[in-house]
Amino acid sequence: MSLTTPSEPGPPPAPEPAPSAGGAANGLSNDAPPRPPFAQDWRRIARMGAIGAIGQIFISLSNMPVKLDGRAIIEGVLSLGYLSLVVLPLAAGSRVGHQLRREGVPFHRPGAHEVIGGAACGALVGGGLSLLAVLIANFDLREPLVNWSPILAELLAFNRGTAFAVIIWLAIGAAVGAAGGLLRVVPSLARRVLWTMVLTLFGSAVLESLTTDLAEGMGIEGLVDWFYAPRGGLTITGAIALAAGSGVLAFVARGRIKGAKARIDALEGPARNRAHLGLILATAAVLVILPMFAGKLTNELLANVGLFVLLALGLNIVVGLAGILDLGYVAFFAVGSYSAAVLTAATSPKIHPELPWFVALIGVVLLTGLVGLFIGAPVIRMRGDYLAIVTLGFGEIIRLLFLSDWLSGWFGGSQGITNIPGAEIFGLAEVAGTDPRSVFYLVLAFCAIAIYVSWRLERSRIGRAWMAVREDETVAEAMGINTVNVKLLAFVVGAVLGSFSGAIFSAKVGSVFPASFLILVSIVILVVVIFGGMGNIVGVIAGSAVLIGVLGGPKQPGLLAEFSEFKLLIYGALLVWMMLARPEGLIPSVRRTRELHQEELAQDAWLRGQTEDDNGEDQS
Amino acid sequence: MSSGERVPLLEMRRVNAHYGAVHALRNVDLSIYEGELVCLLGGNASGKSTTLKTLLGMLKPTSGEVVLDGEVVNDRPTSYRVARGITMVPENRRLFKRLTVRENLQLGAYLRKDSDAIAADMERVYELFPRVKERLGQKAGTLSGGEQQMVAIGRALMSQPRVLLMDEPSMGLAPALVQQNFELISQIHEAGMTVFMVEQNANMALGIADRGWVLQTGRVVLDDTAAALLANPALRTSYLGGGKGDDEGETADGDAG
Repeated sequence: MSLTTPSEPGPPPAPEPAPSAGGAANGLSNDAPPRPPFAQDWRRIARMGAIGAIGQIFISLSNMPVKLDGRAIIEGVLSLGYLSLVVLPLAAGSRVGHQLRREGVPFHRPGAHEVIGGAACGALVGGGLSLLAVLIANFDLREPLVNWSPILAELLAFNRGTAFAVIIWLAIGAAVGAAGGLLRVVPSLARRVLWTMVLTLFGSAVLESLTTDLAEGMGIEGLVDWFYAPRGGLTITGAIALAAGSGVLAFVARGRIKGAKARIDALEGPARNRAHLGLILATAAVLVILPMFAGKLTNELLANVGLFVLLALGLNIVVGLAGILDLGYVAFFAVGSYSAAVLTAATSPKIHPELPWFVALIGVVLLTGLVGLFIGAPVIRMRGDYLAIVTLGFGEIIRLLFLSDWLSGWFGGSQGITNIPGAEIFGLAEVAGTDPRSVFYLVLAFCAIAIYVSWRLERSRIGRAWMAVREDETVAEAMGINTVNVKLLAFVVGAVLGSFSGAIFSAKVGSVFPASFLILVSIVILVVVIFGGMGNIVGVIAGSAVLIGVLGGPKQPGLLAEFSEFKLLIYGALLVWMMLARPEGLIPSVRRTRELHQEELAQDAWLRGQTEDDNGEDQS
Repeated sequence: MSSGERVPLLEMRRVNAHYGAVHALRNVDLSIYEGELVCLLGGNASGKSTTLKTLLGMLKPTSGEVVLDGEVVNDRPTSYRVARGITMVPENRRLFKRLTVRENLQLGAYLRKDSDAIAADMERVYELFPRVKERLGQKAGTLSGGEQQMVAIGRALMSQPRVLLMDEPSMGLAPALVQQNFELISQIHEAGMTVFMVEQNANMALGIADRGWVLQTGRVVLDDTAAALLANPALRTSYLGGGKGDDEGETADGDAG
């Protein structure tokens, strides 16, 4: 067994050719012999095990397990804290099997080999915690490593002493790793059903506050009380019911969702547009009706997600379409917020025209557009790294200007501007932070506008010019595209979309401070765009929902409020994992996927011996 | 082809150009007449690419004039010149790889507003290259080298050019494709297109061209008909003289080396 194969980033098992339902995992290996169970690639197992073990120790010392232990997933059985300690063994166990399967040409039928490899690797990963337990018991680790709390020792040992901790974590690691390996062995249908069950359980635990809130609004608390324990987490009966229900559903629906999607994709012309329109209308209807039953917290959360969708859509035009890596996007959010505050609030220090919100919005757009032009004009002539660094600088400069004594007569310095009135919508309703539902509707309306604008722009002449500049600026210029103007336009359109979010933000929060516009906001928006899938509208929305909704924004709590301390750690980890495993983003645009996985497709074709017909994809 | 007293379509009059302190073009005189296929030969770093950039307006000459159809265009931007009929097929084709073939062709017609005429020109490109039509929805980066060359030429034709500038059409292609590519160029020329091509592969280029120039360290050292240049023993020596230094990395020196 050779180690020469470079360990390339593990792609998702997406383009599996024609999985024969109920057969072996990948349709290729039916007649191949199983691999001898103990002829393992021990060096790879040791390497992955060591990496995983270091990861486990790192997670533990960051105090994540202790902090998250308070959040139950299933009452009395599993907490989020313990869950954070079994993710790595599972992933490592599964990954070892994955690589072994891909490595050799003739294929072997997956079997005991994968399970044993997974168990060995998982045990090593779990062993990281055993080692940690021993270290904690014998040395004073508190001196250099201040983050973890002594409760960690008890948590690792289940209150039964160090020896128990050593053994139990080796055992848990091995068991979980074996389960990960087993995932490679079971037929794909079983794997899908299992995953659906796990994700349903995890999802319903994460969404607990949201579901409870909605249920109260609809008057069906009784049902929810049966699923959720009084002190958080799913009840055991509820968990079993959910797992069984989702499992059955996944089994019944097997292939049908994909089939339906394929059918919609296969439609052409007006029929396809109608199908898409139907989907969009259905989504819109849900988004309009849902908040009516939701309480304050849920609506607050939805409004925050919406604000970030708006920001991410704006940045998506700049980064995703025009390829300008803007690290200072928060500047436009800040300018939008401050200009709305100055134009609407009576408390604004220098000038206070006290305009109605919608009238002020015109001023906000003009001002932000101008600032976009001023920042963009010098920046846009640079390329690549230089541009990124300069935008980073401008993002900070704008914040520091709002903070400065020099302009404190205008913007209040570090005191900011307070008592900003809400947005009055044509005398119909007053949108303010006290009524998050109306804020959400306002955000929703602006998101709809931004989505439509993005969608139209992407398919327009100017959108093509942006993409051409992104692909090859010199050639774009040779085509007669005025690259400077075109890039500047992208910058300004992005700025204006960001300013909408800022204007709503100031009306919602009722006050603006320089501290709300830290560089972190720029980074979070960029992570959202990358995580969701650059240049993809649906992806950007999904990215905001997952990252901002679940983990929380820079200052806004998400559904998993316990994560707030570890938010950046998780953002970083997600980003790294994303770049390795799914560089095209959560919801890939077809275009990006094809490009990024082309090499892999070519490899697969080669492995198939090119005997089967390739569906028109010519790799010459 | 005799030039007679006609006005050249595109002309360089005693052009000097600098890259910073480097004197890249020295008193270069070129004239390209309607309907001609002419070539500019030269080794690495002889100023061939600089000439193209100067003609397209991506580099400003320090002295001298670039004349397009009788008008001095020194101060006009690239977009102005493209709109008036200059277009370039870049070296190594350089398609927009992540865009579809259709989008690539549409971008060629970026400056045009007449959608009916654009559609008609699309059809003309399909006629010229039937394989391009089969690949319309595909990303340009997934095409084979020969197909990419077709799209690159098609993209250039979409701007309704009067003169087609070709930067090293033989660069980075397999020998069989180079042959095919030169056949394509002469086919387009026979259909009436004025072509100005910049090449290292002297034998291939002079095989299809009417006239040619040889550029050496920024100076035009030979200016003659293609047949005379091929027969000229000085061609080889002038080439070798300019062959020092590296211009754009990898080269596919054909017979010249």
